[in-house]
Amino acid sequence: MATLIEARRRPAETRTDLVVDRIACDGYGMCAELLPELIDLDDWGYPIVREGGVPESLMDHARRAVAVCPVLALRLARVSSAPVLRGQAGWHGPASGSVRP
Amino acid sequence: MSTQILWFATRGAGIVSLLLFSAVACLGLLAVARTQASWWPRFLTVELHRNLALVSVVFLAIHIVTAILDPFTSLGIAAAIVPLASSYRPVAVALGVISVDLVLAVIVTSLLRERIGHRIWRLVHWAAYGAWPLGVAHSITAGSDAFALWMLGITGVSVVAVGGALMYRLTAGGTNRSRLAAVTNGTADPVAIDSAWTER
Amino acid sequence: MIEPRVLAGPPAAAGPERLHDHVVRLGIAPTGSAEARRLIPVLEASGLLGRGGAGFPVGRKWRSLAERGDRPATILVNAAEGEPLSAKDRTLLRLRPHLVLDGAFLAADAIDARRIVVYVGSAHRDAATSLERALGERGSMPRPVDLIRAPDTYVAGEESAAVHFVNEADARPTTTPPRVYERGIGGEPTLVQNVESLAHAALIGRYGDGWYRGVGRGATLGTALVTVSGSRRDGIREIEIGMTIGELAAETGAGEADPQAVLLGGYFGGWVSADRGWDLPLEPLALKAAGSAFGCGVVAFLGADRCGVRATSRIMGWMAGQSAAQCGPCVFGLRAIADATARLANGTADGDELERLRRWSGQIAGRGACRHPDGAVGQLLSSLRVFEAEWELHQRQGTCSRERADRTSERRQEVA
Repeated sequence: MATLIEARRRPAETRTDLVVDRIACDGYGMCAELLPELIDLDDWGYPIVREGGVPESLMDHARRAVAVCPVLALRLARVSSAPVLRGQAGWHGPASGSVRP
Repeated sequence: MSTQILWFATRGAGIVSLLLFSAVACLGLLAVARTQASWWPRFLTVELHRNLALVSVVFLAIHIVTAILDPFTSLGIAAAIVPLASSYRPVAVALGVISVDLVLAVIVTSLLRERIGHRIWRLVHWAAYGAWPLGVAHSITAGSDAFALWMLGITGVSVVAVGGALMYRLTAGGTNRSRLAAVTNGTADPVAIDSAWTER
Repeated sequence: MIEPRVLAGPPAAAGPERLHDHVVRLGIAPTGSAEARRLIPVLEASGLLGRGGAGFPVGRKWRSLAERGDRPATILVNAAEGEPLSAKDRTLLRLRPHLVLDGAFLAADAIDARRIVVYVGSAHRDAATSLERALGERGSMPRPVDLIRAPDTYVAGEESAAVHFVNEADARPTTTPPRVYERGIGGEPTLVQNVESLAHAALIGRYGDGWYRGVGRGATLGTALVTVSGSRRDGIREIEIGMTIGELAAETGAGEADPQAVLLGGYFGGWVSADRGWDLPLEPLALKAAGSAFGCGVVAFLGADRCGVRATSRIMGWMAGQSAAQCGPCVFGLRAIADATARLANGTADGDELERLRRWSGQIAGRGACRHPDGAVGQLLSSLRVFEAEWELHQRQGTCSRERADRTSERRQEVA
């Protein structure tokens, strides 16, 4: 009951995302085995995470997938779509260096 | 009568620990080698490796506690923690003590790995490569049945299994990471430009 | 033809502008943090966008750093310029080092940074020499300025790679978060800004946002440096933002070579075909809407006797080799794509090659630690659109009419 009340008070735009540390990830593929609903593997065994965050019903599976990764490349991050982050999302594009890798 | 039970418990738990830790070592090596089959997914290797390690610690604890409690071995707690402090087969016991210390370091860092980060965890985990052979050496030198046929069999199976897994790990091609640089090399010429400044 | 702004002053042949001439021409730059902080809303009002390729609003960037709190900060002046088709940053730094330094000191005052690092590509020796001489001319400076030579790789100019190199001599991008404006050089918030952006900021600091917006057409205004190639008069020029591709082609004589297409923004940017694109304005938002990019101001015309498929395949091969080799999707994906484009260019492709290319292109974007794979794939997708007929011909017949001409002219060049 308390959680229901809390849920209504919480802003509707927080959600939990699965985030891959692309440099640490070595394509073990165990996350995709444990969470096939949200994680697919590309032609070389690296994870493709479906957009839209992790639904509550899959949260336990998601935590298990995070725990199984041998190199700790997967993590759960709470994301809120507050305006200040949206501005910085534009900046999330390539760097302001001379080269835009 | 009770000292007999303790003695059996110590040896039994020790043997089970040896078998379990050998299985743990095999699974660890197979996990890195990305072993899988249609009936054996990759995550199973890692999860079994971790769960079995925790079970092995329980048997290890039984082995150590019963050994300390057993009046026959006259091991004090000190001997179980400090290498060479035991009066009963000091070197043999010391091998076991060091092995346990390494195992404890690995277990503790593994339980805390999300806190301490992958790099430190990995560094400590290399200690496992020392813990297992020390454990085997301990069982051969400290165990009273070491050269009984059945015990030789158990030791042999453990060593062959782990040795085989190690060979497989070394020849299976390694991680993707070792291939990344090689795949990246091999370039074509960029389109050249004439970057001379011109007068307006 | 507009009056140059960042390139105003003595002609190129005169070499780097000396401090004395710079001060005579422009006066002394405004200094002091109160003055510089007032510059931030002016920069925001000007609409100045970063000139390194990302095009992020400069004023907004300075503001976020200025509002960071008490932590010390650093400025990184980015002159790595690893993009092979671009030469504007090294040229600007060589010829107008004092204007760039003015901008850097202004930024340092505005965000209260205590250190400035100028990150110059190792190959750009003249630019580095010019900067060193300029620093010598200044003598004592309000803040320490360190010159650091960047490796000549493509990704060395990426902001996290630049910071990583300054911190640990490793010019490879790092995982974000944290972004460099949160934790950068020495763990401190770092403002990474392109040399040209700082030059514009230095002028806006003197003349205001109204002056900046007095030139230009379209959603964003002002001037920008472009590096033109494939024309009769290649090189760096300062253009009015919003000038059309056709106008630039006319000015540079590119039209005379009858170009079939133009690559905008560099290996990282997008192709535009001649028959559809000549009226496109060289303005960041308009180009983005058209599936291309202003990027770092590269305008590379592709002549009628060149093959777009071959050009693209060479670019993809190079981009694959320039991967930092840290992330699987980039390493394997770009290499697979590059090899596929090479097969298509050589005529050894099978009937599914294009389909494979499209599938891989869809898979790779956004799945690296930096935007290197995104940029390469974006350029490829625009090429598949613009040179659609040629790609099909290459898959079906192994060659196209332009490719034969391209190979012939290349052989002729080798002989010559």
